[in-house]
Amino acid sequence: MIDFISADEATLDGLTRKDTRSGFGQGLLEVGQAHDNVVALCADLTGSLKMNAFKDAFPDRFKQAGIAEANMIGVAAGLTIGGIIPFTGTFANFSTGRVYDQIRQSVAYSEKNVKICASHCGLTLGEDGATHQILEDVGMMKMLPNMTVIHTCDYEQTRNATHAVAAHHGPVYFRFGRPKVPMITEADAPFVIGKARRVMTGSDVTIVTNGHLVWNSILAARQLASEGISVDLLDMHTIKPLDEAALIESVGRTHCVVSAEEHQRNGGLGESIAACLAQHQPTPQRFVAVKDQFGESGTPAQLLEKYGLGPSAIVDACKEAIAVKQGMMA
Amino acid sequence: MSESTHNLSDLCTQVRRDIVRMVHGASSGHPGGSLGCTDFLVKLYFDEMQVDPKNWSMDGREEDLFFLSNGHISPVWYSVLSRRGYFDVAELSTFRKLNSRLQGHPATEEGLPGIRVASGSLGQGLSVACGAAQAKKLNGDDRWVYTLHGDGELQEGQIWEAALYAAHHRIDNLISFVDWNGQQIDGTVEDVMNLGDLEGKWRSFGWHVLQCNGHDLSALDAAFKSARAAAGQGQPVVVLMRTDMGRGVDFMEGTHKWHGVAPNDDQLSVALDQLATPLSDY
Repeated sequence: MIDFISADEATLDGLTRKDTRSGFGQGLLEVGQAHDNVVALCADLTGSLKMNAFKDAFPDRFKQAGIAEANMIGVAAGLTIGGIIPFTGTFANFSTGRVYDQIRQSVAYSEKNVKICASHCGLTLGEDGATHQILEDVGMMKMLPNMTVIHTCDYEQTRNATHAVAAHHGPVYFRFGRPKVPMITEADAPFVIGKARRVMTGSDVTIVTNGHLVWNSILAARQLASEGISVDLLDMHTIKPLDEAALIESVGRTHCVVSAEEHQRNGGLGESIAACLAQHQPTPQRFVAVKDQFGESGTPAQLLEKYGLGPSAIVDACKEAIAVKQGMMA
Repeated sequence: MSESTHNLSDLCTQVRRDIVRMVHGASSGHPGGSLGCTDFLVKLYFDEMQVDPKNWSMDGREEDLFFLSNGHISPVWYSVLSRRGYFDVAELSTFRKLNSRLQGHPATEEGLPGIRVASGSLGQGLSVACGAAQAKKLNGDDRWVYTLHGDGELQEGQIWEAALYAAHHRIDNLISFVDWNGQQIDGTVEDVMNLGDLEGKWRSFGWHVLQCNGHDLSALDAAFKSARAAAGQGQPVVVLMRTDMGRGVDFMEGTHKWHGVAPNDDQLSVALDQLATPLSDY
């Protein structure tokens, strides 16, 4: 992995950009090749979810559900009864809020081995606007007993996570997105559910992030480094179960934390972090998240900036967290 | 006849006794639909399905599967499962009580043999059955998947999503039954939300449609035979089964008022007087 602090701009600009959904599509094809009991279902968004390669390779193991997501979730639950590992695919909005009761009763409560794969999460879905930009899905899913919640940051991490999701027994909510983002993880880096990935080690402030905001957090850490502030950066790709040990270890050194996520503050990663730290190690925290608002149409970059999820917002949050820490120590 | 030693009609009476006693014992539950589906479930489990209760497994390979989509009629299902040998009939006394495997609505979390998915929030069971039936096809398992639905439950949109899916994917190892009693909590189905031409609806969704009397064991026998004869030819099959809510207890019959109400001590006594004890109470 490159040293994101010392790397020059040209190196960062030269990073290949790919979408996380394509990492899912490739991962799904690979798990389909490895396991003949993997079945994919899609609600009329096969191209958007990048499931075409799986569909072409395994036509008998691809089930088109049409624009009927509630039924798709139920069918997936039923498939598990025969030992099938079903992966459902649609946008994050239609994967969660639209089908919450089906997931709650037929999947989570019934302990079914369904993999709910959700693309186009958050604001970075972009121009389609707030009807499709779900920012509450992590909260809904993490509240369900038995549910594992994963949100990945780049192509390779998403591809590797698809293998881990297939190997894990139990329901999983697997969240990824549409925009092309820099590839920052290694192709051979194993994805371990529930184990945070350390992006960089530092001593002044901890940033805990995931998804598309891992990249923005790296950019923020570079800016902070230029001002003499050292960041400990954790990619908390698994929101549930939360890697509490990694979090507590990091804030034990930095004594302040910023959470950064493409989700509502209510119900998100930051809230999980706050709940953990309040109980185990009370720590000043600042939240980079959407503040109880719906999104709107725009480009992904414009939206992240407008809704306070850009690198500069993360920089400001880190400085605030450090100031609170210093005030408490004074 | 897999259980020829049992007289099915005696079993039906015993199950009806179990139902009113369970609901009375818990002071809650749903006797009306349970009594109305007793004959169907006894026939299904004792005479139609190929199952192995003593070696129950979640995946049910090489066995017939049943999904109760209208989970509130759990009393009749629990009684039939226990009488069929899935668990001890003595456990029926724990229905709806703390630390019981017999939850108010069927659930898997407590590990009660015979139950493969939670139901209670209506409209979900047909989708789950579609998946289970497709898994059987993928696994080369040629056994049947049966479901039961309330007629009021058919007001849920997910049922019709699943109906489209089953026909589109030619899920022809699936045989669904509708408890067509014309009643739901707020009144008659016709008054609350009319289903209109129910037979025509299923037919237009691509299903093979049959009808039968849900209280006549010989009519049920013929319906099962006709359903299996029609299945396996590219179409799912639905049997619209005419029933009376509350069947077997005169003051509960034909009304929605006993959908989800428990009898008091006096009412239990009257009900049990109408149901002889052919086997033995739990």
